[in-house]
Amino acid sequence: MEELKTRLISDDGIRCDGRRLDEIRPIKFQIGVLNNTDGSAYVEWGRTKILVGVMGPRESHPKHLALSDKARVEAYYRMASFSVEEWKSPAPSRREVELSKVIREALEPAIFVELFPRTSIDIFIEVLQADGSTRCASISAASLALVDAGIPMRDLVASIAVGKVEGKLVLDVQDKEDKAGDSDMPMAYMPSKNAVTLLQMDGQITHDEFIQSMELLKKGCLEVYKKQKEAIEAHFKGAISNVEEA
Amino acid sequence: MSQRIVPTVKKRQIIELADSGKRMDGRTLTDYREIKIQTGIVDKAEGSAMVSIGGTKVVAGVKFEIGDPFPDIPNEGVMQVGAEFVPFASPDFEPGKPDEVAVELARVVDRGLRESKILETSKLCLIPGKKVWIVHVDVYILDHCGNLIDTAALAALSAMLTATMPEAAVEGENIRLTGNRLPMPITGIPINVTLAKIGNRLFVDPSLEEEEVLDCRFSVAFKENGMLCAIQKGESGYFTPEEILRAVEIAKDKSQEIRKKVVELLKLNDGAVGGS
Repeated sequence: MEELKTRLISDDGIRCDGRRLDEIRPIKFQIGVLNNTDGSAYVEWGRTKILVGVMGPRESHPKHLALSDKARVEAYYRMASFSVEEWKSPAPSRREVELSKVIREALEPAIFVELFPRTSIDIFIEVLQADGSTRCASISAASLALVDAGIPMRDLVASIAVGKVEGKLVLDVQDKEDKAGDSDMPMAYMPSKNAVTLLQMDGQITHDEFIQSMELLKKGCLEVYKKQKEAIEAHFKGAISNVEEA
Repeated sequence: MSQRIVPTVKKRQIIELADSGKRMDGRTLTDYREIKIQTGIVDKAEGSAMVSIGGTKVVAGVKFEIGDPFPDIPNEGVMQVGAEFVPFASPDFEPGKPDEVAVELARVVDRGLRESKILETSKLCLIPGKKVWIVHVDVYILDHCGNLIDTAALAALSAMLTATMPEAAVEGENIRLTGNRLPMPITGIPINVTLAKIGNRLFVDPSLEEEEVLDCRFSVAFKENGMLCAIQKGESGYFTPEEILRAVEIAKDKSQEIRKKVVELLKLNDGAVGGS
């Protein structure tokens, strides 16, 4: 096995896909891509491809789960059976159950849930192709789907991961780096509120590396945030000109 | 949801008390409740431990099973952490298969142990590529008075540190158990520390009444060399980055204190740990 191991970072700090250590992958968001949801978004994040549909606020089902003082937010993170190297059973794994929970907890602080008591907001996430950082891409795209659904929000939630690969901290880990790397640390952040709504880490890092990672994550989230805003502008520019014509 | 009104009133009280550095149960903001560890309480398990932090009680058991390796790591044993929430532990727990809270807890405990590389899985291989030891580490929540994650992590760790593994003789394709016990191929004492954010304060080892009003929680596991090996933010509130840096500082100190306690309670030689 050992001789097959190729280096993931060159001597001059270039990663296996040509990126610098603190460079994110090309990210393309598209808003309003589905016909039967209240809001939707699609993201291509490097080779990662994810579709998100939002339904709601709508009547809660089953009714006894409705909350009397706020909307009930649910996220369903699912990976398509063909989204990874080997066929994956479509039944939700423990990983998908946990990710659904942390994704919901990352998005809920952004939503004015108290404006929609007794309703449900369902966020359906389908990973079509997974190439690392799928939870970050899901959260970032889901924010846009929520915007598309017209749900009032405190801010967009932008998300990105930092990994440690061959002893160096790298921004926006792809699958190869995640598997070979020493750690993976995803964060979700609302820039205008200075609020971290998701933070996880597995692997091993020193306290100093942790502090540096937090800085790098903030920088990365701001870049994603910028792309989210551009996508919103691009999508709603058409809507504004329609209004002006009418 | 049914219990929302009382906690909202209590929340104010908890925050006001915290302003003078105190808590409802008399602790300071960085105190743990009393930690008790009893090991070897189930003989049929290869390792077991009952751990309590305050009134919270968790029992963990380690069982060995011969099984198939994962295709991508064919020569390594497998560790699997499961969590069961026993209905008598809380009126909020319901019988049935583990829900997302149980799945999250199991996976956070799993990450703390796995990422610290405490278990040398390469020593759990029986027939390379075909048969390996599967180590089941299951935690049962018996009494829920807050901070299930740290209690469960400590129970799983204590059960593993005091477990022994069955000796197997491999002859060709046959695996025969000799009946002897071997020490566990295990080194290290990763410690998980959980803090809750209530208002804008951080509470170490949240009690149940604190958990009912918390904004969010933060768990971090430290290895004995000070490396961080797992982090999980939970619940639908948020931390500022500054609060997270502070939480990590506090947790680092607390992890050392608890590790000392574990070494003392389990009568381990600091650092060099093996089966009993």
